[in-house]
Amino acid sequence: MAVPQAPTLEKPPPPRGPNRPNGEDGGHPRDGGDAMVRPPLPSARIAVWLLVGAITILFAAFTSTYLARRGEADWRVGPLPSILWLNTLVLLLSSASLYWARHRGRRGHLDDVRMGVAVATALGVLFLMGQVAAWRQLVAAGIYLTTNPHSAFFYLLTGTHAVHLVGGVAALGYALRAARRATNPARALEVVEPVATYWHFVDGLWLYLFGILFWL
Amino acid sequence: MAAAPPPPDARTTGRQFGALIFGMIVVGGVVLTLVARNLWWLPPVASAHGLEVDRLFYTTLVVTGIVFVGVHALLAFFVWRYGARGGERAAYWHEDRTLELTYTLVPAAILVSLVSMGAVVWSRVHSAPPPNAEVIEVRGEQFGWVARYPGPDGVFGRIYPELINTIKNPMGLDPADPAGADDIVTREVHLVVNKPIRIRLRSKDVIHSFFIPAFRVKQDAVPGMTVEIWFIPTKEGDYEIACAELCGVGHYIMRGKLKVETQAAFDAWYAQQPPALAQPPK
Amino acid sequence: MTITHHEVHADHQLSFVRRYIFSQDHKIIGIQYLMTSFVMALVGGLLAMLIRLQVGFPGARWPLAGLLFPGGFSGGAIKPDFYLSVVTMHGTIMIFFVLTTSLSGGFGNFLIPLQIGARDMAFPFLNMLSYWLYPPAILILLASFFVAGGAPNSGWTAYVPLSALKEAAPGSGLGQTLWLIALAMLIVAFLFGSLNYITTIFQMRTRGMSMMRMPLTIWAMFVTAILMLLAFPVLFAAVIMLLFDRLAGTSFFVPSGLVVGGQLISHSGGNPLLWQHLFWFLGHPEVYVLILPPMGIVSEILATQARKPIFGYRYMVGSMVAIAGLSFLVWGHHMYVSGMHPLVGAAFMATTLVIAIPSAIKTFNWVATLWRARIRFSPAMLFAIGFVSLFVTGGLTGIFLGSPPVDIYLHDTYFVVAHFHFVMASAALFGLFAGTYHWFPKMFGRMMDERLGRIHFWLTFVGIYATFFPMHFAGVAGMMRRIYSTSLYAHLQGLGVLNMFISLAAFGLGLAQLIFAYNFLVSLFRGQKAEANPWEATTLEWQTSSPPPHGNFGDTLPTVYRWPYDYSVPDAPRDYIPQTVPPTPLPVQGGAGDPGAQ
Repeated sequence: MAVPQAPTLEKPPPPRGPNRPNGEDGGHPRDGGDAMVRPPLPSARIAVWLLVGAITILFAAFTSTYLARRGEADWRVGPLPSILWLNTLVLLLSSASLYWARHRGRRGHLDDVRMGVAVATALGVLFLMGQVAAWRQLVAAGIYLTTNPHSAFFYLLTGTHAVHLVGGVAALGYALRAARRATNPARALEVVEPVATYWHFVDGLWLYLFGILFWL
Repeated sequence: MAAAPPPPDARTTGRQFGALIFGMIVVGGVVLTLVARNLWWLPPVASAHGLEVDRLFYTTLVVTGIVFVGVHALLAFFVWRYGARGGERAAYWHEDRTLELTYTLVPAAILVSLVSMGAVVWSRVHSAPPPNAEVIEVRGEQFGWVARYPGPDGVFGRIYPELINTIKNPMGLDPADPAGADDIVTREVHLVVNKPIRIRLRSKDVIHSFFIPAFRVKQDAVPGMTVEIWFIPTKEGDYEIACAELCGVGHYIMRGKLKVETQAAFDAWYAQQPPALAQPPK
Repeated sequence: MTITHHEVHADHQLSFVRRYIFSQDHKIIGIQYLMTSFVMALVGGLLAMLIRLQVGFPGARWPLAGLLFPGGFSGGAIKPDFYLSVVTMHGTIMIFFVLTTSLSGGFGNFLIPLQIGARDMAFPFLNMLSYWLYPPAILILLASFFVAGGAPNSGWTAYVPLSALKEAAPGSGLGQTLWLIALAMLIVAFLFGSLNYITTIFQMRTRGMSMMRMPLTIWAMFVTAILMLLAFPVLFAAVIMLLFDRLAGTSFFVPSGLVVGGQLISHSGGNPLLWQHLFWFLGHPEVYVLILPPMGIVSEILATQARKPIFGYRYMVGSMVAIAGLSFLVWGHHMYVSGMHPLVGAAFMATTLVIAIPSAIKTFNWVATLWRARIRFSPAMLFAIGFVSLFVTGGLTGIFLGSPPVDIYLHDTYFVVAHFHFVMASAALFGLFAGTYHWFPKMFGRMMDERLGRIHFWLTFVGIYATFFPMHFAGVAGMMRRIYSTSLYAHLQGLGVLNMFISLAAFGLGLAQLIFAYNFLVSLFRGQKAEANPWEATTLEWQTSSPPPHGNFGDTLPTVYRWPYDYSVPDAPRDYIPQTVPPTPLPVQGGAGDPGAQ
């Protein structure tokens, strides 16, 4: 008797490697039973990149409005408070601190991970305080939201950036807690790495906005 | 729930559904369109561009009508014919590259033709106006239309929004500008038949849209911008200007009056219009 | 993958609030989205009836309605500003608060993990958060009816300056601000959802479920989520800037020199067209957000109930991706007469007509699926086939509007209203109905009444054609959109009978939906108990119980061996082969697969 086949209408797959294994969030494999291979990227990393994409589009929309508005006759670039340079440095240092934390974490130094994240968080808060100081300086110089189109964009862009940065600080706080609770560097990095991606993005976004507001 | 009667078998439903599609949509749609042509249809066209717009409209109607009837007839037939019955299986056929290519390329070809035709008409609508065209300004506001003629000197005077006074100076003409001394401001637009006219559209407050159905003319009047359109009215008569962009509570009462007349009649009317700064408009 | 004994019990220990209200189970969240959307559909539908009351019977008096909406009626007649509020809110609610939420939020949530063989979404907590932004957004939106000035009067498109200046219309006061805030909240909900869907589909497909073995419903949800992620932030930016213009005196969109209500406005330098560009940059992809999930759902149902593989699966996937990509390039076709440069308009004309091509491919593939099929006319199937008809009709009228010279005449007339009601209110709605009839057994473990479903279908299909097909003629006759009355215009005087007929058809259509509401609600409690796979379907959600248990698939996740459309495979024992059936039986010593044992 012939072996019964269960035919299919599906086209035969091209010769290649095995199908993707059962994907699970890299942090919590729930079973030891099925031999499961961790997917190449943890879900948190993918989600952060998607979030970065959406926020980029948001600021792209602001940028296109900025560029269109800049073409009008009444455009004047106002003076910007010099503390912004200091704030930029602070933010760069915070990113550097996170980079160092990951670097040390990959070499197995959990203490340094914790310290790097803590320093980055503190510097992030310092940046926010610096931004508030910058706004106060501007207000003291008589430049408000409605003073001129450039100032409107200044407050809008730096304000929206600050809101996203506050989210980043909260994420850093969460990463700090995870790092403190982690028993080994790999577990700590599972949280720190995606948060660091977001943080570097917010840092890079600041550089971009700063450049636009100052020079464009 | 109580036991429902068994559903009708698939063949019956298929027949009913197929008949409905064919009867209501194919037959009904075509018949209704033919009936509508006599009842609710394009107003008789009264401008030069309008003829081209209408030609394109009808071409599109015929093409889409053929596809509408054809696809629905096919759908009706398949539904009518292929209701499940007995133990037979459906046909094993789920990919055919030639077919896919056909119904990619045929619609593409049709659409490319329509796009080309459209591009030609569009460029003509937005081509440079003939040199003998007159210019007038029409301004939309909540809730009406005000037109301004430049007067014998052919130059529009400066206007400032701060000077706007609804009764005495609705356009906001600057009395200090000599070019504005002879500007005529009116709420009834008069045009000369078969003479090209350029209209500079403005708005006082929100976005309105200058729509004359019979001329197939429509252009948004955007505050902060002056947009110019031109056309040639080809039939004498009284026409309506409708507002075709939601502009507030009075959007539905923004009816403007437009008259197309012979040169002589226009000259007679024009001669009677006082300069705006001398008297409020009628 | 094994669920531990402990985890199963952990679920039972959750309180009622944690299990059903603040649930993190994608199935519950999907049902929450769906049910809330149905409630909003009632609100939006009621508003539509008010519109048709006025347009069909202008000048008539409605004392009863006047009692229900005291602020909006005067002497039994609807007031012009309330009319515009109703028009604005009808559009806003139906597009954002019904169709997007039910199709992406409802079906996306329910089906994605089930159809890809996962236990839940990648981020269940974020999923819950996404839903719980929706009811507060509803409350804020509806609150605009009750504040001074009432709900916005500027249409769902909120063009500036009408929407920016409180002097320009009564509804442009606090009502417009609330509208903007509600929209911003809902946009965040959609973004959270998109993040979740994309990550889940990338990461959590079960063993054997390659991308090209995913059901078309999942492809649709996937592409839609990417669209939402990339398009909604633009509207969010525009909303923020409009709020600033309204509340902080900036001039992103408001130009100088406006005189509104006798007052000179102090804004200066903004450009109203910028609002339109930003709005439609979202607005156009949004309509594909509304139609792609129904396209996926309809493909699914057509294949299942025709007992035939969907025709041209790969081309269906390709055309969905093409539609999504192209949808970012066509937004200017809403702006041909806006004052935009004509050359830009010509460019948009080209892209707009190109996007019709993948839609045509899909339509012909659906029709080809029915050829020599073995069709079972369940209510879901009736609505799925109805969808094809409605999409053809609506899509064809889009060709008129896509051509700028023809659009000169038809822009902002009822022709446009007819067009989008065919593709959105009809086709997308039919996708919603089809999906509900099809997956109700899986969601609730009971069957909906089939007879009532058929009656609902016949009445709705006829009612929709009766309501919206004649509307095209009102547009061709030149009837403008959003006008309170046609009485002032000579060119509209002949439309009285037409508008009255449309209104009567609309009332009938509205009443017919009560049949669906009754069927849905009663079947929840008294419907016949559903088996696991009542439709004899191949996809993974039907290979588990109805409703699925917590964790979806019991102890082990399914393994997928084939694509989702093995219907009527020649030589197969049954006319369908679930995705979990291996290509050959596993050899077991002495069993049927062991050649030595024969």
